[in-house]
Amino acid sequence: MLAENIVHFSRVLRTAGLQVGPDRVLAGIAAVEAVGFDRREDIRAALSAVMLDRHEQQVIFDQVFDAFWRDPKLLERLMYLMLPKISGRGDQVQRQRSNRLAEALAAPQAPKPPNPANQSAEEEVQFETTFSFSDRERLQRADFESMTAAEFALAKVLAERIPLPVSPVIRRRSELAPRGRINLRRTLHRMARQPDVLSPAFMQLQRELPPLVVLLDISGSMERYARLFLHYVHGLTRRHLRVQTFTFGTRLTNITRCLRSRDPDVAMQLADQQVDDWKGGTRIGTCLEEFNRHWARRVLGQNAAVLLVTDGLDRDGEGQLTLAAGHLHRMAHQIVWLNPLLRFDGFEPRAAGVRALLPHVDRFLPVHNLASLADLGRALRAPALRPALLLKH
Amino acid sequence: MSSSAVALALPATVDDVIAGLAQRNYLCDRRLATALFLSLKLQRPLFLEGEPGVGKTELAKALSDWLGSLLLRVQCYEGLDIAQTAYEWNVARQMIEIRLAEAAHGANEAIDHDGLVATLYSRAMLIERPLLQALTQSRSPVLLIDELDRADEPFDAFLLEVLAENQITVPELGTIKAVAPPFVLITSNRTREIHDALKRRCLYHWVDFPDVERELEIVRRKAPGASERLSRQIVEFVQRMRTLDLFKAPGVAETIDWTNALVALNTIRLDPASVQDTLGVLLKYQDDIVRMQGGDTAKLLDELRARGILDGEPV
Repeated sequence: MLAENIVHFSRVLRTAGLQVGPDRVLAGIAAVEAVGFDRREDIRAALSAVMLDRHEQQVIFDQVFDAFWRDPKLLERLMYLMLPKISGRGDQVQRQRSNRLAEALAAPQAPKPPNPANQSAEEEVQFETTFSFSDRERLQRADFESMTAAEFALAKVLAERIPLPVSPVIRRRSELAPRGRINLRRTLHRMARQPDVLSPAFMQLQRELPPLVVLLDISGSMERYARLFLHYVHGLTRRHLRVQTFTFGTRLTNITRCLRSRDPDVAMQLADQQVDDWKGGTRIGTCLEEFNRHWARRVLGQNAAVLLVTDGLDRDGEGQLTLAAGHLHRMAHQIVWLNPLLRFDGFEPRAAGVRALLPHVDRFLPVHNLASLADLGRALRAPALRPALLLKH
Repeated sequence: MSSSAVALALPATVDDVIAGLAQRNYLCDRRLATALFLSLKLQRPLFLEGEPGVGKTELAKALSDWLGSLLLRVQCYEGLDIAQTAYEWNVARQMIEIRLAEAAHGANEAIDHDGLVATLYSRAMLIERPLLQALTQSRSPVLLIDELDRADEPFDAFLLEVLAENQITVPELGTIKAVAPPFVLITSNRTREIHDALKRRCLYHWVDFPDVERELEIVRRKAPGASERLSRQIVEFVQRMRTLDLFKAPGVAETIDWTNALVALNTIRLDPASVQDTLGVLLKYQDDIVRMQGGDTAKLLDELRARGILDGEPV
C-alpha cells in the first residue's frame, strides 16, 4: 500500500517536471518507513529530502504533497486531466514544419528557401536610427522560423571552430605536459616500469575556457539579432557544457535548460515559450541588477566570463545602469560586450546607456550589420576593442 | 586501522536527533532533523545548501560531538585533487626503497623487479588524506565536505565513487572499501550548481533562516552575556532586516556576532547610534550598509517600538 502510494506520488511529481527516477522511489519508501507514519510533517520532510535536488522545487513539491495528502484519488483525476495537455504540447512541436525536413524531402536540386534575415536586411537598416521604446511592457512571442540546412551547418561550424571572444583562464589543476614542473608520481611510475632509464614526466597548470554566462538582449531594437545569437549560443551550449544563458528585455529569464535540447529548432521553440518579453522595451539596469542579486553568485563562480549582447539602449535611468554594471564588473572575471547596433567607423559612445556600460566592460566587440550567421562569424573573428580607448574621445 | 567495524548507537527517532543536537547547542527544525535522521538511518550522504551563516558546517561539528565520532573535514577550493583529499604516494619513501634495492643489487647481483614494484606500491607507501581516512576508521566518522561549490567539476566526479559505493579505487593498488561507512555531510553555498548525478546520490536539504523563537534560543545559548530583552530586540531586528531586499541578508552567525559586539560595547538596548556603529558586523556589502544608514534602521526600530519590543521615544 505504501509502495503503491509513493509510486503514484512520484508519478505526479514527474508530471510536474521533477526528475524522480525509480531509485528515488525506492529511497522514498525506505525513508517513509524509517521516520514512521505518525506525523505528516515528518513524511513531508522525509520525502522532500529524498526527492528534491534544488531549493526551487520545494514549492511544487509542497503543493503536490498537500493535494496528495488530502485526497490521492482527486489527484489521480487531476493527472488524468493533465495527460491530454501534455500530448497536446508534443503535437505542437510535431506540427511545426521544419525547414530542414522540408529540404530533405524535396528534390536534391530544389532551391533553398531564401534566408529571411538576408532578405529583410536592407529595409531594416532604417530601424537603427528610428528605433523606439514601447512604454508598456509588451508580452510577445518571437515566432522563429526554423533553420535552413545551410544555417544549421553554419551554426555548427561557428560554434565549433570560431574562437570564443573570451580569454582562457589558468586553472589550479595540472595536466601532463612536455615541460613544466616535475610530476613525481608519474616519474616514479615510469621508473618502476623501466628502472634503468630516468625519464621525468612533467606537468603544467591547465588553461581552459572559463564557464560562459550569456546575457542576451531581446528587446525590440535587438529583434533581428536575437535569433542569430540564440543559434550561436545553442551551438556553444551543445559544444561547451558550461554555458548559462539569460535573456532580458523588460525582465530576466534563464533559458539555459531550453537550449540544452539537441535540436536547434526545438531549442528555439522552448526558449520562445519560456520568454515573455520578446521585442518589448529594454530595462538593462533593472535586469542586470536582478541578475546580480539572484544569479550572479550562483553562476559567476570559477572565473566565469560574461558575454553581454545588447545595444546599450536603456529605458531606465542612467544611474541605475551605472550601478548595476559596476556590481557586475566586480563579480565577473571578464565582461565581453557584443554590440550589434553600432558601426565602428567614427563610433562615439553618445547614448547614455552605452556610456554607462563602457567603463565596466573588459572587451568591446561591435558586430555591426549582422544579417546572417556568416556575418556573426566574421565579426567574432575581429579583434576586440579596449573600451577605455573609446571613452577618451 | 582495524578490519572490524564498531557499531555506533544511532538515534531511533527524529525526536532523538533534535534532543541530541540540542544538547550540543545546535537547535535545528524538525525538517532538518528528519533529513539528518534519514541520512544516518539510510546511510546516504546529506547535501546541505543554504545561505552562508545558517549553520551548515556547525551541524557537522555538533553531529560528530553528539555521536562521539571523529570529524574529518575536506575544505574545498578550486584545483583540489586526489592527492590532497584522498591519498598520495609517499614518493620520498619510494625513492629510498629504490636506492636500497639498487644497493642490494650491487651486492648480490639479482634484482627482484616484481618484488620491488610490490613494495613501492604497497599500502604502507600510501599517505592517507581525509577521504581515505574516512573509509579506514573502525568506527564510523563524520565526513564533512565543506563548500563543495568552490571545488571544480572534476572533483565532483571523483566524489561519486566515494559517496555511492563508500570505496576508493587506487589504480596501483586496487579498491579500498569502507570498514565502517562514514556519515557524509556536504555543504554548498550555491556559487555554482552541483551536478545532478552527485545530488542524486544524496539526501537534499535547504537550510533556511530560523524563525524568531528558534533564533532567540540560539542567541541565548551562543551569546549568554546579552540580557533577555536585548537578545529579543536583536533577533527581531535581524529578522525584519532579512525581509528587506538586501544584497546579502545576515545569517545566524552574524546575529551571534552582532550580539557579542553589542554586549562588548555595553549596549543596554538598541538605538540608532549603536546600530549604525556596528552595522559592519551584520552586513558585508557597502551598498547594504549605505541603505541601512539611509533611514531603514530608524524604520525598523520604529516597528519594534510599535510592537512593544523596544521602549523609548521614536527618533
